[in-house]
Amino acid sequence: MPTLLQKPASFFQNFDRKPSQQQSTHYCPGCGHGILNKLIAETISDLEIQDKTIFVGPVGCGVFYYYYFDVASVSSPHGRASAVGTGVSRANPDAVTLVYQGDGDLAAIGTSNAIHAANRGENMIVFFINNNIYGMTGGQLAPTTLLQQKTATSPYGRSLLNDGPPLRMTELVAGLEAPVLVARVAVNSPKNILQARKVIRRGMQAQKDKKGYVFIEVLSQCPTNWRKSPIDACKWIDETVTKYFPLGVQKDVIDEREPQIRKLERPDFETVAHAIGLDKEETTGKETVALPFEEIRLKSAGFGGQGVLSLGLIFSFAAMKKGWQTTWLPSYGPEMRGGVANCSVMVSASKIGTPLVDTPNILIAMNKPSMFRFAPLVPEDGLIIYNSTMIDEIPDNLRTKNVFPLDAGNIAMELGNSKFANSVVLAFLAAKTKMFTLEELKEYVRGYFANDKIYEANVPALERGYALGG
Amino acid sequence: MKTLVKGNEAVVIGALVAGCDAYFGYPITPASEIAHKASEYFLKLNKIFIQAECEVGAINMVYGAASSGLRVMTASSGPGISLKQEGVSYLAGANLPAVIVDVMRVGPGLGNIGPEQGDYNQVVKGGGHGNYHAIVLAPNSVAEMYSLTIRAFELADQYRTPVYLLADATIGQMMEPIDVQKVESRSFEKPWRADATPETNENLITSIYLDFDDMEAHVQRLNQKYEEIAQQEADAETWRTEDAELVVTGYGIVSRLLHTVVDSLRAEGKKVGMIRPKTLWPFPTRCYQENVPDGAKVLAVELSTGQFVDDVRLALPHHSVAFYGRVGGNVPTLEQIREQILQQLGADN
Repeated sequence: MPTLLQKPASFFQNFDRKPSQQQSTHYCPGCGHGILNKLIAETISDLEIQDKTIFVGPVGCGVFYYYYFDVASVSSPHGRASAVGTGVSRANPDAVTLVYQGDGDLAAIGTSNAIHAANRGENMIVFFINNNIYGMTGGQLAPTTLLQQKTATSPYGRSLLNDGPPLRMTELVAGLEAPVLVARVAVNSPKNILQARKVIRRGMQAQKDKKGYVFIEVLSQCPTNWRKSPIDACKWIDETVTKYFPLGVQKDVIDEREPQIRKLERPDFETVAHAIGLDKEETTGKETVALPFEEIRLKSAGFGGQGVLSLGLIFSFAAMKKGWQTTWLPSYGPEMRGGVANCSVMVSASKIGTPLVDTPNILIAMNKPSMFRFAPLVPEDGLIIYNSTMIDEIPDNLRTKNVFPLDAGNIAMELGNSKFANSVVLAFLAAKTKMFTLEELKEYVRGYFANDKIYEANVPALERGYALGG
Repeated sequence: MKTLVKGNEAVVIGALVAGCDAYFGYPITPASEIAHKASEYFLKLNKIFIQAECEVGAINMVYGAASSGLRVMTASSGPGISLKQEGVSYLAGANLPAVIVDVMRVGPGLGNIGPEQGDYNQVVKGGGHGNYHAIVLAPNSVAEMYSLTIRAFELADQYRTPVYLLADATIGQMMEPIDVQKVESRSFEKPWRADATPETNENLITSIYLDFDDMEAHVQRLNQKYEEIAQQEADAETWRTEDAELVVTGYGIVSRLLHTVVDSLRAEGKKVGMIRPKTLWPFPTRCYQENVPDGAKVLAVELSTGQFVDDVRLALPHHSVAFYGRVGGNVPTLEQIREQILQQLGADN
């Protein structure tokens, strides 16, 4: 016998995933969801996109979409289908990403995700089923519940003062730049269903063509929670709901837009290493020297802007290049107050424990507050180098005698820029500790900046500081 | 080659080496450098990077891309992790692999951006609703921010589960060298994925099981997986515990301090050792039981008011476990930790 009526191929012929009554849907009699499901499934089959459609489902009456649709399926947390759909769409540039959300899901708990997915112009089609009420949860107030409409949580009717007016999502989304098709349709009458079918086909075709974001609001009847007969529910849409939520295409710029292809590549390690600048040759030819301490605990401190953090960082970088273990840690929290920015640098030939320096054995003090704060902590065998341009007196409770003033600020000005002061100090330190030759230091500073102009500008400061420290 | 980077950047480099395809995140101090570097490198390499509209959006984008079989990650700090917890529960419930980085800051509430470990319970004990666990790795160096990120992607795929990297502001902000080399990161077939190919048409990513018996069976399957992970993946570092009269224990940045203090006390002839969990879930219970000598005292040190210590006490029911914690962004000095240890050692004398 020839088949006269058949479900589209993207709809399961038997609903095996449904626990019982596998020939009928779970929707209530008279509900609009089933009609919309059918329109979507027909379109998927007619456009031959079943194999590349990924259905992103909601929480709400649409939650059991996977009973019916024979396509790859991803269920979302309540309200998050547009965010989940974003992940799905980006992960599958070839897919048709179909997102299905109700009014509580999309227009209340998930509004932010819905608006932003629309605004990014994700390649996805969003079906927004508006039946003016929470269905699955038991008939509570939705953002789209009409004024005076009674629900389980608006027992005296929706109040303008208490709940505000119903939210028109289609108009909101149509105001955005990115979406290519924004429309409101209804599935309450043959005429409206035919119109809905047309809009859905246009939207799905746009998805197939990678044209961007499509938003279709579908006014749908909910006889159960409206406490109306199916016929009265359909009539109520025409007579009341569409007065506040007018049907029609709000925006259609599909023909004006080019397809948008978002690339997704899987580069190999070499490509990654090149992109992040880690494919360069290692420097070689280091001179082996002993550290001045078994473990260097350096504190570099001064005003913000004096380059104390980068001084410590370049020192740490140079130590790494020379083959030592090292850590660098910028100051945190209360230490930043009172004009003392600082960083801690550890350098050791063996594994480093704490990266935090409580008692520095090398102190670089670039201003007075940092000198008075940290210098008394330096132990007897420790080393203090301070910027005498800005520090005209030193604490009288120092434990170490190895205290070296360096007129770094003035030297830097002589060299043309106060910003060279930290390079003067760095080179002085390198010479004083005998950790690096001048040539090594220059090589490492050049490697650190990875910019020959900046490096060359600093060379006179490095040479001057190194000579003073030698 | 070797490079000197912040812990937060090391996470991104580790992710790239592990073949991570997508990053979805929202900026928050002190985790923001992860988003900065991810945007720089992922976009350059034609991978996916989206700065999401919110933390909830980010974790659900992770869920969507993970559903398609991609290697996916997100990162945040305490307040953001709180917001992501529902999504993490869904990832666990739907058997989806993903990597989540928490660079802990100070709480509760807005707190501040200093280092703290107050997210222990919300990350290690679940945080989201329902019966699930996420694997939690606890790096204590920039090198481990790199290597454990790679490991996190492997574990996530192997067990089809979300994996956390639980770091703190210090580990995230400090710089240390990492050695970036090509690694053969294990890749996994993902026949369960839902993507744009015909063979996945019948696949369904979900955590809904309406029938009570089906749901119970689902939860039991998850639980079997967690038991297997607990057997296989618990990991800890032990240091000089053999003859220890006191074992001090802490994770993350705290363990770096403990290491230094243990070495200096050993140099003075004090018999102290350290255990440092590298996985917080599963908690390395067996490691504690095998390495803490009978009768030894135990001191748990953490940057919180007593969260981690609960697990140490559960692991060592027959030992006396003392607690020392600092909060608010304060990290104890070596001297303060030393005093705590000496106080415990001297308590009998």
